[in-house]
Amino acid sequence: MNIIVLFMVSVMAIFVWWMILQRVTAKPWLEQGVAIDPREATATGYSSYVAGKLALWVFMVVITSLFLLFVTAYHMRMHLGDWHPLPDPGALWFNTALLAAASIALQVARRGIKQRRASLVRAGYLGGGILALAFLAAQLWVWQQLGEAGYRVAGNPANSFFYLLTGLHGAHLLGGLLVWSVGAVRLLGGAPLGSLRLNVESCSVYWHYLLLLWLGLFALLLHT
Amino acid sequence: MEQVAIADEVYEHHEPKSFVTRYIWSQDHKVIAVQYGLTAIAVGLVALVLSGMMRLQLGFPHSFSFISPSAYYQFVTMHGMIMVIYLLTALLLGGFGNYLIPLMIGARDMVFPYLNMLSYWVYLLSVVVLMASFFVPGGSTGAGWTLYPPQAILPGTPGTDWGIILMLVSLGIFIVAFTMGGLNYVTTVLQARTRGMTLMRMPLTVWGIFVATILGLLAFPALFVSALMMLLDHTLGTSFFMPALLSQGEILDHEGGSPILFQHLFWFFGHPEVYIVALPAFGIVSDLISVHARKNIFGYRMMVWALLAIGVLSFVVWAHHMYVSGMHPYFGFFFAATTLLIAVPTAIKVYNWVLTLWRGDIHLTVPMLFAIGFIFTFVNGGLTGLFLGNVVVDLPLSDTYFVVGHFHMVMGVSPILVLFGAIYHWFPKITGRMLDETLGKWHFWLTFLGTYAIYLPMHYLGILGIPRRYYANLSTDFIPASAQDMNVGITIAALFVAVVQILFLVNLVRSLRRGKKADPNPWRATSLEWQTPETPPAHGNWGPQLPVVYRWAYDYSVPGASRDFIPQNEPDGDGAESREAQP
Repeated sequence: MNIIVLFMVSVMAIFVWWMILQRVTAKPWLEQGVAIDPREATATGYSSYVAGKLALWVFMVVITSLFLLFVTAYHMRMHLGDWHPLPDPGALWFNTALLAAASIALQVARRGIKQRRASLVRAGYLGGGILALAFLAAQLWVWQQLGEAGYRVAGNPANSFFYLLTGLHGAHLLGGLLVWSVGAVRLLGGAPLGSLRLNVESCSVYWHYLLLLWLGLFALLLHT
Repeated sequence: MEQVAIADEVYEHHEPKSFVTRYIWSQDHKVIAVQYGLTAIAVGLVALVLSGMMRLQLGFPHSFSFISPSAYYQFVTMHGMIMVIYLLTALLLGGFGNYLIPLMIGARDMVFPYLNMLSYWVYLLSVVVLMASFFVPGGSTGAGWTLYPPQAILPGTPGTDWGIILMLVSLGIFIVAFTMGGLNYVTTVLQARTRGMTLMRMPLTVWGIFVATILGLLAFPALFVSALMMLLDHTLGTSFFMPALLSQGEILDHEGGSPILFQHLFWFFGHPEVYIVALPAFGIVSDLISVHARKNIFGYRMMVWALLAIGVLSFVVWAHHMYVSGMHPYFGFFFAATTLLIAVPTAIKVYNWVLTLWRGDIHLTVPMLFAIGFIFTFVNGGLTGLFLGNVVVDLPLSDTYFVVGHFHMVMGVSPILVLFGAIYHWFPKITGRMLDETLGKWHFWLTFLGTYAIYLPMHYLGILGIPRRYYANLSTDFIPASAQDMNVGITIAALFVAVVQILFLVNLVRSLRRGKKADPNPWRATSLEWQTPETPPAHGNWGPQLPVVYRWAYDYSVPGASRDFIPQNEPDGDGAESREAQP
């Protein structure tokens, strides 16, 4: 449980630190008027772009908490004696490369938005999604191979955790692909680049995050 | 960067026209809040009936043929789970969070209205799945609300065929709904505050809901993890939590799993859950007390800091639920220390509520009665928490009625008193009608005194050593016969309090049609939700212009002002003496 407690405490510490930056030490009963903070003075309404990005980051913290709890459980269960690690399927290296390529492709799309080059956006965005789909297919193939080799889900806790963690990671990527498909339809329908900016940037951030998450999980699986 | 003032766009373009888009598939936070609220209250009434049946069995054992031991355990389980998750969490965050956040911070709606709508419908789905478990073969699960494995999924426990599966699935769905709602609340508080509404000018209600939402977003994944892994243990035969064991003469396929692992994960969610329920209640009660005592909240900054401190500490106390599961003595020491430490910020809050009342101009309105009732009940429940937080005292008291009395006082009755107070307080804004004052006062006194008649005696039963969760306590030597008399008394009180709630329901329905027309600001409160151009607020809340905030939410009885309150959106303070000039 150390891992998750450390994570929770650091998230809360960051939150409190950020609160302090937001002047939680202010004495509101002494302050009247609108523009007590110069940053606040110009604020009217809010930006849906910033709000969307913020929600994505908060969501990624939630997912991190979810996976760290699994890692904590993994760690505790591992030391209970009946743990027989899986062989490390070499195909996972290939899959990792696929996911990394997907991440790079979306980064290209993001750059395309910045440079206003439609061809770059189209190639990167569609490529990123298709590579992610390929990653999912390849993961399923690994599942099938392992299943045929006799590594059943219920056979050993190491197997159970392997299927569980890869499955959940895939489910989160699938959720990302749902958002991606909305953007892809709009992109192919010829929507202006500016209107796709939030979608492209969010997808690229989320893909990078899922790559990072996968690298963490992969390292855990290789290490144990 | 497109700096769209999207809030104003919404106001112009998305006014719903038909009945269906206005009241059913609505994206308006106020309608969603009412949907959440009504669903939660409905499911809460089911849980109330279940508790009545439990009490019938305990008060008059073997008198009711329909309450078999299995049925009793199913009632216990469903009562606990519904009350904690589907009523309290949903009503405080989904209901009041949805209604109050945008209105109190001066926004037109949540930042993601569509996601907000989805959140409600997914929540409703989780409720439907849970209710369905009453009707499947074998009935709902009877594993106790903590669902401890291995018994939760072994034959012999009621509802292991379908009930437990539906319970775990329903929890998963609920967590998805909560995450959608929670992302919305956090983003809205951080992004959609109107001009001049700094974080430190927000009413404490918003603070409480905000911090509780963050706790929920971080803690609910632990419940998700434990529910998912138990589901796999049950359906696919994995051994995350299931040790090798012999069940009804058969050796099961499981081996090596750890039930203690489940307990860690469950309580890693379970303890923050207490504060997910408590913090919004703390926030709401602060505002009720301040408004109805016509006095600014004592120690506003301390109140905010205490909320944050409680939030952080709530993640390092979970194992105090596991003292009897066994642990290294140093761990017990650690968790006892953190548990008692949490009493410090909590006590700060209690002192500040009392000091706000001190020399205030106290109006004993119905919301105020409930708020003061909360302070009593919460202090009572909190003090018995000090007993249970200590390892040596907890060991003999664990799994007795002392624990039942404690947690019902502190996280059952207390937040429900706040919820009643909040409904009496905000009903005029939500519906445009006042609730009946006389009925409300009867409702308060009978509920408040009645709950003491239920839960105070339970502490004595606990000290006698009467175990909780037992179907019947007959023919046990160490339990004196008089304990059964007390049980009869508790049952009568419980049924009485349950019936009294009809007063509340009648009041709600009657006032909706025939209540006194409400003034836009009947309590003369300062916070923004009372300053809307229309009551109840129209779609978009604020008319053409968003309000601008010039002051904090607690300018009551300001010396020199012509009225005893100055709304947050009032620029000049109406002749109040300039307080900046003071040292």
